[in-house]
Amino acid sequence: MDFELSPEQEQLRDNVARLMRERYGFEARKGYQASPRGWSEALWRDYADMGLLGAPFAEADGGFGGGPVETMIVMEQFGKALALEPYLQTVVLCGALLKHGAGEKHRAELIGAIAAGESRLSFAHAEKQSGFDLHDVGCSVVKDGGGGFVLNGEKTLVGQGDSADKLIVSARLAGARRDRHGIGLFLIDADAPGVTRRGYPTQDGQRAAEIAFADVRAAPHDVIGAPDGALPVIERAVDETVAALAAEAVGAMSEALTMTVEYLKTRKQFGVTIGSFQALQHRASDMIVALEQARSMMYLAAMMAGEDDAAERAKAMSAVKAQIGRSAKFIGQQAVQMHGGIAMTYEYKVGHLFKRLTMIDAAYGDADVHVRRLAERGSLFA
Amino acid sequence: MDLRLTEEELAFRAEVRAFVRDNLPASIREKTVAGRRLSKDDYVRWTRILAAKGWAAPHWPPAWGGTGWSPIELSIFLDETQRGNAPELVAFGVSMVGPVIYTFGSEKQKERFLPRIVDLRDWWCQGFSEPGAGSDLASLRTTARRDADGWVISGQKTWTTMAQYADWIFVLARTNPQAKKQEGISFFLVDMKTPGITVKPIQTIDGGHEVNEVFLDDVRVPADAIVGEENKGWDYAKFLLANERNGIARVGVSKARLDRVRELASIPVYGSGPKIEDPFFRAKLAEVEVELKALEVTQMRVISNRRTAGKPDPASSVLKIKGSEIQQATTELLMEVVGPYALPYREPDAMSNEPPVGPDWAGPLAPTYFNTRKVSIYGGSNEIQRSIIAKAILGL
Repeated sequence: MDFELSPEQEQLRDNVARLMRERYGFEARKGYQASPRGWSEALWRDYADMGLLGAPFAEADGGFGGGPVETMIVMEQFGKALALEPYLQTVVLCGALLKHGAGEKHRAELIGAIAAGESRLSFAHAEKQSGFDLHDVGCSVVKDGGGGFVLNGEKTLVGQGDSADKLIVSARLAGARRDRHGIGLFLIDADAPGVTRRGYPTQDGQRAAEIAFADVRAAPHDVIGAPDGALPVIERAVDETVAALAAEAVGAMSEALTMTVEYLKTRKQFGVTIGSFQALQHRASDMIVALEQARSMMYLAAMMAGEDDAAERAKAMSAVKAQIGRSAKFIGQQAVQMHGGIAMTYEYKVGHLFKRLTMIDAAYGDADVHVRRLAERGSLFA
Repeated sequence: MDLRLTEEELAFRAEVRAFVRDNLPASIREKTVAGRRLSKDDYVRWTRILAAKGWAAPHWPPAWGGTGWSPIELSIFLDETQRGNAPELVAFGVSMVGPVIYTFGSEKQKERFLPRIVDLRDWWCQGFSEPGAGSDLASLRTTARRDADGWVISGQKTWTTMAQYADWIFVLARTNPQAKKQEGISFFLVDMKTPGITVKPIQTIDGGHEVNEVFLDDVRVPADAIVGEENKGWDYAKFLLANERNGIARVGVSKARLDRVRELASIPVYGSGPKIEDPFFRAKLAEVEVELKALEVTQMRVISNRRTAGKPDPASSVLKIKGSEIQQATTELLMEVVGPYALPYREPDAMSNEPPVGPDWAGPLAPTYFNTRKVSIYGGSNEIQRSIIAKAILGL
C-alpha cells in the first residue's frame, strides 16, 4: 500500500497547479465564462501542449500512457480553479467510451485528435425521462439497409454539448426503453444534417445543450462497439467519470476550506479575528474531517476506476459518490456560512465553489441515490 | 500510488486471520460477539496466547518483545484481531505506560516492568483524570512531595478503568506547586498494594463496573518510582496520549459490529419481519458503511505517511473524531435491530434462572449503545480534538 505519487506524477501536479495559478485566477475565469464558448480556447491549446489531453490514454492509441491517477491529479487542480474547459466531457467521459468501446482504428484516429486538442466531444446520453438510470434510453436507431444507421430522438443536459464538434450519442437499436440490452453508441458530427442544438448556461458557470436528432445518418464505421450492447461500456465510462468528479470535488472543497480559514484569520469583528471564536474553529475542524474522508474516497475511486469486475466497481463508486456528495454539501454550505455576506455575492469565488460542488453532487446520482443503491447491493465489507 | 495490499501484506493478513480463528478460545469469542463483559481471566488468557506467539506487544521495539512490523502490518494485525472478535489488548500497560518506560525510563525500570507488561503478569491502570481535571488535565491537584526515602503522593484520581484488576498504576502528580501548571508535574509508577490506596467502584450508565475512583492518602513510594526527570511528566503524558494513532479509529471493531448488525437484523424479531428488509434501516446501514470505508482509507493514509512516521500527527484527531462517531453509530444500529426488546434490563453479570424477556441475544445491545457514548468523551473528548485540529492543522 502506497499513497505517494511518482516523481512524474508530482511533476504533472506541479505543472497543472502552476498553470492554474498563472492563468486561472478568478477574474480571468470570469472572462473565459463570458466568451462565446464559455471556456478558453487558448488554455485548451495549453492543455494539449502540456500533454493533459492525452494523459489517460495508452500510447498505442495516441496518448501518454497514464491512467486514473493522472486524471485524478489533473481534475483536483481543475477543481480548485473551477476550470471551465470540457476536459471531463472530452477526455474523461468520451475518452473512456472510446477506450473501452471503440475498435483500434477509431481509437487511433479519435484519441489522437483529442490528445492534439483538435477535437472536442460530448456524450449525448441523458433523456428527459431517464433520471440517473443509465439504461433508460428511448432515442431510437434503425438500420438503413446499407450497413448504416438512422437516429431519431432527443437528448438533454449534454455537458458542453453546444461547443463540441463531435457527439457520441446513445440510441436504442433493440428492446424496450428500459431494457439493458439493445443500446448502441454512435459517433455523430455535431453539425450533421438533422442535428439541432440549443445551448444554455448552467448554475455552475459551465454550459450544456438540449440536442434533437431528426433522421440523422450514421455511417457503418460510426458505430462504437456493438450497436446493441454498449451499456457495459457506458457504465464503465460513467464510473471513471465519477472518479474524476470526486477529484474535482476534492479540489473545490480544499479551495473552499483554504479560503474559509484565510478569512477566519483576517476578518475582524468585536475587535478580534473571527477565527478566535471556538464555534467557528470547531466548524472548520469538522470541514477538515469531511474533506479528509472525501479525499480518501478520491483515492479509492482512482484505484477502483481500473477494476474490471463491474459489480465491485459500481459498489465502490456508489460509496465514493455518496461520501463526496455528503462532504461537498457540508463544506460548500459551511464555507458560505462562515464567510457571511461576502459569500452571497456573485463576484466572490466561494459561492461559485459552492455551486459547482452542489452540481457535482447532483451529477450521475446524488448521495441519496447512491446510498439507496448500496442499500440494495449488500455490505461494502463482504 | 497503489492502494492494494502487497503479496506479502496479503499473506500476513491471512496468517493473522488464521491465527485468530484457530487460537481465540470459543468462550471468549462468544462473549465479544454478543457484547457481554469479559473477565480479567479472559484478557489474561488471550494476551498470553498472543505472548506465546510473540504478538502481545507488536508495536514495541523487538528488543523488548515487539515484532518489528511495519505500520501497515500493525494496522492489519489490529484490523484482523478486532474483526475476528478477539479482545483488545489491555491498553494501559502495552500501549500507554510501556512506551513511556522504554522511551524515558531507566534501564532498571525497563528490565523490571516491560517483560511483565507483555504477558500481563502486571495489570496497569491509568492515574490521570481527577474530579477537577478532565479535559483540562494539566490542572490536576494530586501532589507528590519528597521525603527522606522517596515520595509521598496524595490526591484523588477518577475514571480509572479496570483499577479493580490492577497491580500497578501510573500517576501524574504535581511536584512543583509554584511552576506554571504544565511544568510542575511528574510521572510515577506506583504499586497498587502500597498502603494508602483505596479503590471505589463507579457504576456506569449501562449498569456495569469498569471505572473507579482511586484515592491516594499519603502513599509512600521509593525514589526510583519516578519516570525520567522530575517536573517533565507533562511531556511524557503528551507523548503517551499522542502516540496512540495506530488503532485509535477502531476500524476493525466497527466492521465486526456491522457484521453483527447484519447477522441479527436477518432474524425476525417481531411482527414486521427481519429489520434488514426495512429499506430505511438498510439505507442507514449503508451510510455508516460508506463513512467506515472512507475512514479505513484515511487511517491507511495517516499510517503510511512517511513524512510523519513515528511522530505525533494531528491527523490522528480526525481518526479519533470520525472513528468514535462511527463506533457510536454502529451500536445505535445494533440496538435498533431488536426493536422493542431493547427495553428489558438485565444485570450484566447476573446468574439468573429467570428466562430472558425477548431474544436471548438482546440483553447487551442497549447497554453497549449506552456505554459506547464514552468513546467520544475519553482519550481527549471530540471537542478537544476539534480544538487540536483548529490549532495544529488550520493554524487558527
